[in-house]
Amino acid sequence: MLEIKNLHVQLEEEGKQILKGVTLTVPAGEVHAIMGPNGSGKSTTSYVLSGREGYEVTEGSATLDGRDLLEMEPEERAAAGLFLAFQYPVEIPGVGNMTFLRTAVNAQRKARGEEELSAGDFLKLVREKAKALDIDAEMLKRPVNVGFSGGEKKRNEILQMAMLEPRMCILDETDSGLDVDAMRLVAEGVNALRSPERSFLVITHYQRLLDHIVPDVVHIMHDGRIVKSGGPELALEVERNGYGDILAEAADA
Amino acid sequence: MLEAVKTQQTPVIEGAPRSARADVQLDARLAAAPAPMTGVTAPARADALARLKEQGLPGPRHEYWRYTDPAPFNAARPAPVALEAVAGDPKLFADVDKLRLVFVDGRFDAAASDDPALAGVEITTLAQADAQPGHWVAEAYGVLEAQGQKPVRRAFAALNTAVATDGAVIRVTGKADRPVQILYRPSDAGADVIVHHVLRLEEGAELTLLENGLLGARGNVVIEADLAPGAKLHHIAAPRAGVARIATTHLFARVAEAASLKSFELSVDGRHMRSESVVELAGDDAVAHVAAAVLGDGDNLRHDDTVFITHGALRGESRQVFKKVLKNGATGVFQGKILVRPGAQKTDGYQISQALLLDEDSQFLAKPELEIYADDVKCSHGSTTGALDETALFYLRSRGVPRERAIVLLVLSFLADALEEVEDEDLRAEIAGRLEDWLTAKAQG
Repeated sequence: MLEIKNLHVQLEEEGKQILKGVTLTVPAGEVHAIMGPNGSGKSTTSYVLSGREGYEVTEGSATLDGRDLLEMEPEERAAAGLFLAFQYPVEIPGVGNMTFLRTAVNAQRKARGEEELSAGDFLKLVREKAKALDIDAEMLKRPVNVGFSGGEKKRNEILQMAMLEPRMCILDETDSGLDVDAMRLVAEGVNALRSPERSFLVITHYQRLLDHIVPDVVHIMHDGRIVKSGGPELALEVERNGYGDILAEAADA
Repeated sequence: MLEAVKTQQTPVIEGAPRSARADVQLDARLAAAPAPMTGVTAPARADALARLKEQGLPGPRHEYWRYTDPAPFNAARPAPVALEAVAGDPKLFADVDKLRLVFVDGRFDAAASDDPALAGVEITTLAQADAQPGHWVAEAYGVLEAQGQKPVRRAFAALNTAVATDGAVIRVTGKADRPVQILYRPSDAGADVIVHHVLRLEEGAELTLLENGLLGARGNVVIEADLAPGAKLHHIAAPRAGVARIATTHLFARVAEAASLKSFELSVDGRHMRSESVVELAGDDAVAHVAAAVLGDGDNLRHDDTVFITHGALRGESRQVFKKVLKNGATGVFQGKILVRPGAQKTDGYQISQALLLDEDSQFLAKPELEIYADDVKCSHGSTTGALDETALFYLRSRGVPRERAIVLLVLSFLADALEEVEDEDLRAEIAGRLEDWLTAKAQG
C-alpha cells in the first residue's frame, strides 16, 4: 500500500536536512506506528507525504498503491486515498463544519469520477458517523473547529476520516492534548475504521495511544531515519526505558 | 489586542487651498447638472449650492482625499459606457419578498415598480414631494447632509443635495412587514445618476431598506435617515457601483434615543468607489453598526470606505466592521473615525478594518481615528492586512478540496464577521450565497 524508499527531505528555506533516508512499507490492512524523540522527523514525514509546502524532497520516493505521491497536489493525494489527521486541526471561522465536510466528500468523489452525494444522503451518513463519535448536531453546525475543545477537534478529525473513507490514514500525534477518556473515544473511532483494505500510520511520542490502537509494527525514528522496527513490544520498551537504550543500540549497530 | 483606549486631538479639517482651476471645474460640473430651483426643497438646495461653492471640489491634497483621487468625481461628465454589457438586474434579492422601487437613470419608474402601498410605510418620490406645498420633506431635505459637513467637508454630498431631482422619500410609522428595495437600472449610456433618498422613521418604527442594481455611467447617491426614539433601520446596500463602476455614496443618519441603525455594504464590482457613512448617535442608548464586505479585483481599482461616527449621548454603542479582499493590483482604503463628545459617557465604540491581500500587487490603506472628549468610555480599534493562511489552505486541500475552491472558502471565512452584521438570517444567507456564486465564477475565470 504505502511505500517510502530512501526518502531525503530538507526545509526549502533553510536547506536544513530533516529526513535522511527513510524507508518504510505499510502493507494493506496493517497498522504501523512511528515513535521517536522530538525533532526526529516524525511530523515532517506526515507533512511530506500529504504535500504540505515548505519541504523539498532531494532523494527517494513515496508511493500509494504504486502511484507517485510526491508528484501530486495535496487534493490529488486525498482523492487517491491518503488522509492526514492533524496534530493541530485548523480553525476556519465562518465555514460550517457540515459545509466543509460535504465540500470535501464531494470534491473527492468528483475527482475519482464518482457521483456526488445528494444533500439527503450526505446528511444521513454524517449523522450516523457523528453519533458513533459522540459528536452532536450543534458541533456539526458550528464553524470548523472554532471553539472546539482539544478532544472535540480530534474527534472531528476522525469524523472527517470516517466520511472520506481513505485507504491510508496518517495520524500525527493524535493523542497530544487528550485526556484518557477523549483518547479512548478517538481510538475507538480509529479501530472501527480498521479493515483489510485500509492501513494506518500512527505517529506518536508516547506509548499510551498504542494501548488503544494496537499496531502490527512499531518503528523507532531518530535523526531522520528509522533506526529500529519491531512488534508492539518495542513500544513497551520505550515506555519502560525511554529512547536512550534503543538509540545507543542503533548507534552501535 | 483591540482594547487600547486612546485620546488624541485632531485639528478641524479644512480643504486644501482653492485654485482658479478648481473653480472652473466646479462651474463646469454644475453646468452639466443644473440645480432645480423650484419646489419645496428649493431653499435647502440653495443652501447646499452655497456650501458647495464655498468649499469647492476636493483636490488630492485634501486631508480626506489623499488615498482616493477625486478626479473621476470632479469631471463635468462621465465617459459613456457600453450598456449592452449589462445583462439585466442583479440576482441579489431577486427572490426576496419585498416592495420594489425602480429608478431608471436615477428617475423613479412607477410602471416598473410595485404599488408603493405597505402598511406602516408612506412612500413617495422626491420629485412628487417637491411639488407638494407643505410636504415634510421640505424640513428634512439636506438637513443631515449639512450637519455632516462639519468637521469634514463632503463636496459630492452637497452637490447631490443641490442638484438631485429624484429619489425615494419614505416615512415609516410602524413595523414594515417586508423590506423596501431600491433597484437601480441604467438606460442611457452617458447617464450621470444623482439620487437623493430621504427616510424618516417615527418612534418605534422599523424598516429594512435594500439598495442594489446598476447606476449609470457615474453614480452619486445620498441617503438621509432620521431615526426617532426606538426606531430601527436595517440598510443593506449591494453592488450599486453601476455600469462604469464609478460612484460616490453617502449615508447620513441621526439616531435618537434607543434607536438602532445597521448598515451593511456589499461591493463586488466597484472600480472607483467612495462610500461614506456619517452617523450621529444623538440620543442615549443609541446603536449604530456600519459594516462592509468588499471584493476588489484589478488594476486601477479603488474602493474607499470613509466613516465618521459621532457619539453625542450616553451609553451609545457603535461598531465598524470593514473587510476587503484585494487582488490583481486593487487598492482598498478605509478611513474610520469615532468622535466621542464631552459628556457622552459609557460610550462603547469598536472599529475593525481588515484586508486580505490575495497577491503582492494589492494594497490596503487604513486610517483609524479616535477623538475622545469623555473620560468613562470604551473605544477600541484594530486594523490588519494579511495574506491567505497557508496552514488553513493546506488543511482544506488535504481533505481533497481543490485549491481554487479552498480559496473561495477561506475568502468567505475572512468576510464572515462583516456578514454577521446582517441581522436577518435569510438576507444574510442570500448575500452569502450570491457572494459564493460570484467568487466561484471568478475562480473559474
